[in-house]
Amino acid sequence: MVNDPILSVKNLEVKFKVRDRVLTAIRNISLDFEEHKVVAIVGESGSGKSVFTKTFTGMLDINGEVTQGKIWFEGRNLMDIKDDKGWEEIRGKKIATVFQDPMTSLNPVRTIGYQISEVIMKHQGKSKEEAKKEALELMTKVGIKDPERRYDEYPFQYSGGMRQRIVIAIALACHPKILICDEPTTALDVTIQAQIIRLIKDLAEEYQFTTIYITHDLGVVANVADYVAVMYAGQIIEFGTVDEIFYDSRHPYTWGLLSSLPQLGLKGEELFAIRGTPPSLFEEVKGDAFAPRSNYSMKIDFIKEPPIFDITDTHWAKTWLLDPRAPKVEPPLVIRTLHQRMLDMTKKGGVYGER
Amino acid sequence: MEKDNREVLLEVKNLEVTFNNSRRNKGFRAVKNANFQIYKGETFGLVGESGSGKTTIGRSIMRLNPISNGEIWFEGKRIDGKISKEDRRDVIRNIQMIFQDPAASLNERATIDYCVSEGLYNFHLYENEEDRERKVDEALESVGLLPEHKSRYPHEFSGGQRQRIGIARAMIMEPKFIIADEPISALDVSIRAQVLNLMNKFKEERGLTYMFIAHDLSVVRYFADRIAVIHNGRIVEVAPTDVLFKYPLHPYTLSLLQAVPMPDPQIEKAKELVVYDESKRDFSGEKPTLQPIRPDHLVFANDREMKEYEEKLSLMEKDIV
Repeated sequence: MVNDPILSVKNLEVKFKVRDRVLTAIRNISLDFEEHKVVAIVGESGSGKSVFTKTFTGMLDINGEVTQGKIWFEGRNLMDIKDDKGWEEIRGKKIATVFQDPMTSLNPVRTIGYQISEVIMKHQGKSKEEAKKEALELMTKVGIKDPERRYDEYPFQYSGGMRQRIVIAIALACHPKILICDEPTTALDVTIQAQIIRLIKDLAEEYQFTTIYITHDLGVVANVADYVAVMYAGQIIEFGTVDEIFYDSRHPYTWGLLSSLPQLGLKGEELFAIRGTPPSLFEEVKGDAFAPRSNYSMKIDFIKEPPIFDITDTHWAKTWLLDPRAPKVEPPLVIRTLHQRMLDMTKKGGVYGER
Repeated sequence: MEKDNREVLLEVKNLEVTFNNSRRNKGFRAVKNANFQIYKGETFGLVGESGSGKTTIGRSIMRLNPISNGEIWFEGKRIDGKISKEDRRDVIRNIQMIFQDPAASLNERATIDYCVSEGLYNFHLYENEEDRERKVDEALESVGLLPEHKSRYPHEFSGGQRQRIGIARAMIMEPKFIIADEPISALDVSIRAQVLNLMNKFKEERGLTYMFIAHDLSVVRYFADRIAVIHNGRIVEVAPTDVLFKYPLHPYTLSLLQAVPMPDPQIEKAKELVVYDESKRDFSGEKPTLQPIRPDHLVFANDREMKEYEEKLSLMEKDIV
């Protein structure tokens, strides 16, 4: 399906023990990540998007366990790694993560400069002076003005956007092959968000890393992604190129996510709202997990889990609607006219306003 | 500025809020000379980034923050500073707030029954126990929850449900004015639409007036009738929603509009990024003020900038740009 995957996940299943009960957070996911491409993983909270990517770096919480599946990276199965020492070869070095809240990723009592150069010294074995030189270079790269002065400052002296830039600099210090961005802009203002997104894009080009973007903001996805994976209740229910997901989505959940966006809403028109709440993953999910909330569910959706239906070489979805025996269903009007609607709403340059 | 056909519900005049003010310390001016009116029955959006002072304005209307200058009028009565006990009760009852984080704004050791009826208790707004229960049931039902949820505790609910409880406890007071401070930003995407629809429903059914505080222009575009854009404690532009989106004038408004991520890859990927840099702007000439460029479109500018904006606006109105 994907040529030359840098990371390949096969039949992954993750379970958590919570107060004597077992929660299945990831229910059998297989996915290939193509090198140098950006894959965005979207879904609501609790859908398992963070858990999924945490398995790539062995960062599951102590009560979590990969119970099944393989993750192939650079010719080896990461699931064979048994201890933290083994993970150190991968985590941070080959696969780095940028988290949502930059304040919790940084140490508040160490200077910014120390925190960047520490990583360079540890992973690349450079001397203090060399590390400082490289740290300053990185700071310039991520858009910190006057790095010499700001090198000795502490995180609290930085604004939220600047802190996130530092976290990115630290992540890049080891020249990772894959950068996982876990909601990197959710805690930031929209204007800053736009800058950080651009920065990650530019750096991906320069440092040649593969980006995995976790977000619930479909606007951000439209900007950054080459491929989109839509997650629901611990599964990927639709996967495709960004154009396929936005202009030709097939799964009712993807339709629901897109049509509930206030960006697409017209004043006076009621916004589409997905009914109900996601299923509890403590119990076994029967059939299509989205069926109870869907407007398009059929009898079979409550009985049997849908298989993967291929739509194109790059696009697939897990919904019985794609079965040849299913009645033909048109996506909601908002979805069919999404591009025209957005064109009508924006003027040249992609900004709201009359054309 | 006052329109004869529209009744002003709330008016804020020259509002200034200063934190940490003392004789030694000059303090931090969080809100600088804010002026606006909110008409009865409209939804007024207040948009700005974090630290811009938008929440502070909301809190000072609620009398939660003391103000250092200016006046706040509600239904023709001044409600800031020292006011009589009855007036204060009126304000608390008629102006209700919906908060950003529904988990933090509900007492986690109280049942939903108590959370929702707390206001009724405080104001004795019920005839007897039966009447109170009926009111709570109605309020819960109006936000799509069931009466049997009453005996539960806040942690037993999902984020969207908790926010609906927050709305129920505001609505049960039958307020005239609601300040919604980022009511959907802590919620999941699939839940946001539910809460927005619910707020719209109350607006239509009860003729409520909202002040909607947000950092996200896309939500405000859908929800608000008029929008004020605030930057660094100063209101830089006020206009009806469609006018603001069609003819934005202030450079900060432009950059905010630009930053809204659009759910359309072709449009979003072709978009250029404009960064608003206040230090690069030309501030020569007199001091700017918030002044009308069209009867209902106000922009923060001095005479020189007004001329520029006027030129730009008349070009845009002719649809040349």
